[in-house]
Amino acid sequence: MKMTETPKRKPLRHRLTTRLWHWINALCLLVLIMSGLTIFNAHPRLYWGEYGANGDYAWAAVGSSQTLGYVRIGETKIETTGFIGNWRDNDGKIQTWAFPGWATIPSYYSLAEGRRWHFFFAWIFSVGLGFFMIRSLFNRHVQRDLHITRAEWRPSHIWRDIKNHMRLRFHAPGAVSIYNILQKLSYIGVIFVLLPLMIFSGLAMSPAMDANWPWLTDLFGGRQSARSIHFIGMFLLVLFFIVHMLALLFAGPIKQTWEMIIGGEREGGSNA
Amino acid sequence: MRKLLTRRSLITSAALGAGSLLSGCDALSRSPAFQNILGSAEDANFLVQRALGDRMELASEYTIADLSPKFRANGTRDPGTSDYTASAAQGFADWQLRLTGLFARPQNFSLSALQSMPQRTQITRHDCVEGWSAIGQWTGAPLKLLLDLAQLQDKAKFLVFHCADKLGGRPYYESIDLLDAFHPQTIMAHRLNGEAIPIGNGAPLRLRVERQLGYKHAKYVTGIEAVATLDHIGSGKGGYWEDVANYEWYAGI
Repeated sequence: MKMTETPKRKPLRHRLTTRLWHWINALCLLVLIMSGLTIFNAHPRLYWGEYGANGDYAWAAVGSSQTLGYVRIGETKIETTGFIGNWRDNDGKIQTWAFPGWATIPSYYSLAEGRRWHFFFAWIFSVGLGFFMIRSLFNRHVQRDLHITRAEWRPSHIWRDIKNHMRLRFHAPGAVSIYNILQKLSYIGVIFVLLPLMIFSGLAMSPAMDANWPWLTDLFGGRQSARSIHFIGMFLLVLFFIVHMLALLFAGPIKQTWEMIIGGEREGGSNA
Repeated sequence: MRKLLTRRSLITSAALGAGSLLSGCDALSRSPAFQNILGSAEDANFLVQRALGDRMELASEYTIADLSPKFRANGTRDPGTSDYTASAAQGFADWQLRLTGLFARPQNFSLSALQSMPQRTQITRHDCVEGWSAIGQWTGAPLKLLLDLAQLQDKAKFLVFHCADKLGGRPYYESIDLLDAFHPQTIMAHRLNGEAIPIGNGAPLRLRVERQLGYKHAKYVTGIEAVATLDHIGSGKGGYWEDVANYEWYAGI
């Protein structure tokens, strides 16, 4: 507590908008992914192009029966009995919906309720993301923390950072709040590419949006392609989450999480 | 050993935590009040989607080359009642579409009367709420022409489509508002891909309301009722799936 008595207020590591958005976004993504899996369960098949229904070729599909569950991608079948396509609910009863109850909202199958959860949190997520993007440009969060310098673009620099990551060395000592190139790339990729992609591929599935903005569905190569991309994007977000958690684990989970709540202290350099 | 126990108890409590989070979601999901909160996003979808277009914007149309090889049939595949089967046996020659309710001139249209009106043919994508899509070519009389003949009264705000099929003992029905009713792509279709609509896809008459999801496209249509409110139809939510499974009345997304 004595630290706060220093005469000059030290710059925060995470600004208030960043922290607020981070946690709202985390909640939204959790609900969106889980309710999205409920919606996926209504038709666990993915296609490319404009159309795609049971008679058409699906590039990925979940197979279910009372004895077997499997995921087919292309011509490769992976048995997933007990997890996907065939799993036991809390009462021990076998269910043949694609994704299991512990991964969906609600935990029972209700397309209507899954859709309500999904669209409600999609609004919060979209407005939040838009607000955060604009705010981060104005408060120079993007320029200060995510700007990639010419030196950092050098392949030798990127390679060194990859090697450091493989040795689980992420930061120069005492400079945790200075993002390295891989970190910058993944944050930029997720915030400015992947998350907007999720919003727009979601909208591209709407028949009313198709009338309003026909170019949007075309951009994705059709409604079923948009649905596939929406699903793949979800998968990439889960992957990002796993890497994010691993990095957190190695960087000191309690301190890092606490700082994302209270702000933390920015060591070294001045507030840009 | 102590560490192991701690870790195990940690995992257990994490699992319990996740479990209670989930059952919390289920409890919320079942609560009507929370459903209303979530439902507010659907109102936003409706308002924004209606505001974005010029309200008469057309859904995408395709070419013959884009047709689905097979147009999937879903929901009722055959109404199976004796009346329906008898009518089907004679090619629906006796099929009547009854316009009732708030019309200045309520009237009936036979299938042949509908077929002799000016027709519209459109190749559109049918998007199911479940996620699949099928592209088909639909031909039929624009609903607007029927409405011009029967003349809606000022009080009329919705059109209810009564159908010949029942699901789980309840008659199927759907409803749309007047904006969609007068939309140029809203037709009473009797042909799919150049032939009489197959029974599985809604023979002999099916509503096409192209900017909404598949369950709005009522099949086996026997009547159109003009009403001021949907409160007294079915359970009052404006459609079979809306009543039975809480699907949204506005199905633009």
